[in-house]
Amino acid sequence: MSHPEQERLRVVLYEGPGSQRLASEERLETMTALLEGGYGVTRPRPGGRVSPEDESTVVMLGRFGETPPAESPAEEGRPAVLVRDIANQASMAVLEQVEAARDGAGLPAPGKWTPWFPVVDYDRCTNCMQCLTFCLFDVYGVDKEGQIQVSNEDKCKTSCPACSRVCPEVAILFPKYKKGPINGAEVKKEDVQSESMKVDISALLGGDLYASLRDRQDTARKRFSTERDESRALLERKRCLAELKETLDIPDEVLMTLPSAGDIEERARRAKEKAEKRRARSKTVQDETQRVPSQDEWGI
Amino acid sequence: MSRAEGQKTRSIVYCHCAYAKVIDPEVKQKVLEGLCASEVAFEAVPDLCEMSARKDPAIARLSATSDLEIAACFPRAVRWLFHAAQHPLPEKVTIHNMREETADEIVARLTGASREQEQELSS
Repeated sequence: MSHPEQERLRVVLYEGPGSQRLASEERLETMTALLEGGYGVTRPRPGGRVSPEDESTVVMLGRFGETPPAESPAEEGRPAVLVRDIANQASMAVLEQVEAARDGAGLPAPGKWTPWFPVVDYDRCTNCMQCLTFCLFDVYGVDKEGQIQVSNEDKCKTSCPACSRVCPEVAILFPKYKKGPINGAEVKKEDVQSESMKVDISALLGGDLYASLRDRQDTARKRFSTERDESRALLERKRCLAELKETLDIPDEVLMTLPSAGDIEERARRAKEKAEKRRARSKTVQDETQRVPSQDEWGI
Repeated sequence: MSRAEGQKTRSIVYCHCAYAKVIDPEVKQKVLEGLCASEVAFEAVPDLCEMSARKDPAIARLSATSDLEIAACFPRAVRWLFHAAQHPLPEKVTIHNMREETADEIVARLTGASREQEQELSS
């Protein structure tokens, strides 16, 4: 996983005893500014329920006036609580206060990355590894049981849903994609059929995809050598790629970096090797823990 | 049912989907507006996708909460986002889809119980 679990702030908008209530428009403005800034906000209410506290540092916002509640440092099992008075403050000033509190606590800034990445629906996934072999950016890996997993979310190319297009089971989602079923909409029978058709991407171009691309390149090259027409060769390549782009909705820059069939085979071989090594390592660790120590090891 | 008893039966989470424009901004805004104008307790998160990828501790915290009601996008996406963050959602979760349902429908479901309770209290 490229993103280790990161400590974050928990912002609480407190309007209970000791804090003046916000008008609902002010509450909405404050919440919107914080959310747009990448901060979650908890709004507790009497008798209501919110998620339990954890170790995240709490920033309690409220209109406390002259008697704000006391702050408390982190103690065993309890988070640190910072208190910030937001009386007479516009929403952007509240956001600035939270930013300053985050800086002070040495916590990372949110929102530095556009969250575009595949999510696997394991109810559908058959672990066929097509996504792993097809992805150009090393987004996928396998866990120690050999199960496909998304290992490097931030390597995914924003707006590229190519791997979901080649998944024969429609098991890969991009929640921020525009259309279903890739966006997470329920998968219908006809989706599976149409996606299965797309799996055999080679068929789209009337044979093996790479062979087809090669043939077209060869034709273009021949044409280039006989006619010395560079623009025509480029047009040929563009036409071939446009065909893929239209059918699979793959961005240009991804198409321009399509690997060869050999590259894909090599990547699949390396992933398999890696998984086998991992399995072997975990078996060695298991064997080590189950092994009965020798008399020498006991010092006998 | 008393007000406290009613509100204790569920926890509400609103996802602002801050880093993409896949949810109609008007729907998002109306749902948040409805929640802010109500008396329900809730948690608003900036973007469940980002939180899932970053393994935000809030994902663990939310998945540990029983009787969740989430206003976000497609239920299949929301479920597998939590799973991807290694904190699968419990079975008993209601997910409201802001990509397909109207803001009014969602707000009515999220705040309806509390309105009924308020009416009970005032009567």
